[in-house]
Amino acid sequence: MGTTARRGQPVSWIVLGLLALYALGPLLVFAFNALKSAREIDSNPLGLPQSWSWGNFAVAWEQAHMGGALLNSLVIAVATAAGVALIATMAAYAMTRLDLPGGGAWILWLLVSSSLPIQLFLVPLVSWWSTLGLYNQPIGLIIIYWAVYSPFATLLVRAFLIGMPKEYEEAARLDGAGELGVFARIVLPMIRPAVLTAALVSGLQAYNEFMLAVTFIQDRDFQPVALSLYSFQQGFTTDWSLVSAAGLLMALPVVVLFLTMQRTFIDGYVSRGIAV
Amino acid sequence: MTTETATTGASLAAAPVRREPRPALRGRPLGARRQRRLLAWLFVAPLLVVNLLVITGPGLASVFYSFTDWDGLSTPRFVGLANYAEMLRSGAVGSALLHNVLWTLFFLVVPMGMGLVGAFLLSRLRRYQAIFRVLYFIPYVLATVVSAAVWRQILDPDGGIGAALATLGLPFLADVNFLGNPSLALGSVAFVNTWQWWGFLLVIFLASMQSVDPALYEAVRLDGAGPVREFWHITLPMIRPTLVFLGLMTIIWSFLVFDYVYVLTQGGPAGSTDVLSTVLYREAFQNQRHGYASAVAMLLSAISAATVLGYLALRRRLRWDI
Repeated sequence: MGTTARRGQPVSWIVLGLLALYALGPLLVFAFNALKSAREIDSNPLGLPQSWSWGNFAVAWEQAHMGGALLNSLVIAVATAAGVALIATMAAYAMTRLDLPGGGAWILWLLVSSSLPIQLFLVPLVSWWSTLGLYNQPIGLIIIYWAVYSPFATLLVRAFLIGMPKEYEEAARLDGAGELGVFARIVLPMIRPAVLTAALVSGLQAYNEFMLAVTFIQDRDFQPVALSLYSFQQGFTTDWSLVSAAGLLMALPVVVLFLTMQRTFIDGYVSRGIAV
Repeated sequence: MTTETATTGASLAAAPVRREPRPALRGRPLGARRQRRLLAWLFVAPLLVVNLLVITGPGLASVFYSFTDWDGLSTPRFVGLANYAEMLRSGAVGSALLHNVLWTLFFLVVPMGMGLVGAFLLSRLRRYQAIFRVLYFIPYVLATVVSAAVWRQILDPDGGIGAALATLGLPFLADVNFLGNPSLALGSVAFVNTWQWWGFLLVIFLASMQSVDPALYEAVRLDGAGPVREFWHITLPMIRPTLVFLGLMTIIWSFLVFDYVYVLTQGGPAGSTDVLSTVLYREAFQNQRHGYASAVAMLLSAISAATVLGYLALRRRLRWDI
């Protein structure tokens, strides 16, 4: 490394610092605005709040119906994560360990499904879902998320399974374990990291998702938090301090979860960017 | 068929002793095999069912509906290629397509450039790399509606950054309506989307750069190369597979962009931020023209497919091995 590696260091630090400011500065402004009064935002849009109005969070919670919306989103995100993890793990196991006919065709189908635009199937899906009674129902949205996020998750778990030695399973079979026993007691514990990554990434995507939610959920009682924050900022007289407070309430769980499990998240997204 | 039989065959060849005794142990090889195959179908069934119901089924239905006049409720009426003919003549589709092309060029240059440069500088740090990586990634985990809320107030003509900078001696920035001025709106929406997006590119580029053999850098350093030449002659060629893949995905995603436009401007003002997806959405769910919207969906899918096929052809011609 030596001297040549250090030559560009000051410039590097400046550029990296500016990029960090670009990433985080707007979020700081957002957090400050959540603590200002609406009048103060007009006179002091970017600086620190002069008086800290913590009451904004209570008002925003009430006006944007955050309580019910956050609960709806929690249900949708957890159900999506659990469902995608289950669907993908079972399918990947069938493709790599059980004698599922048509190997290569499955991979191609998964690749095509995970890269098809949602817009392609959105329009007929609305009328299908109305016919099936799934339109404007949280479970209808959850099923769509299962379908949309499971192809990538299956590819992820499959790649992990392919790299895993089969010896343990063979040994368990020789000891008389049935296929289900091998799956539950030998394979599942070993592929936990991949399943966890798939679950986390799809749960986060479901929590943040907008286009499908705005299309398939009309009733305010069923709205996920993305929709209530959306309608809260569309009003004619938008109170930005309250919108900021509501936005922070929506973002906080995600940022905390990301910071505590950042390695799992980043690994999951990196594999999404490279592996497919 | 090929991959799976190949792997099974390989493992059989590698461990014939371990695989052989099993059927003998059970005594009924055919029954066990059939059972395994049934189990395989059971395990893949949930994926198959939700996929056919949500993606493959309605996707194929879209192809059919694109040749019909349909309001989403009554019986579709077959109209041949009328929807496609209308789409080709439509000024709204034409200008939306132009916006998608501009959007693609912007995203191929600005976020990719920022991600590349940031990742390169970060890859040369020996400390604090992980911290920067997390900081840059935070906007990417935020929802579209959250980053839209963040930027709508910063870009606000009365109380945003323009007004603040105007009082600091840049008076021409006063009253600039970034999202409300037709000539600025598309760029502003792209800018907001870039803020949320570039950290994702950076993290992937960084992962790719970290797998480059350090000996290659040592070699050019001995020749007296500086950071810029290292970047051009080592980093860029070595991460080419990632670069090409993300470029390809950038093109595809740029033609499908919907969320940011819909949340920030709904395609306005005066259609200046309309993209194919917002046109499709409006035709389907406001004008109840599901048949015509399906034709627009076909155009979108055709662009995605052409991008992938073009990439495959290029890869074959240049003999790339990724």
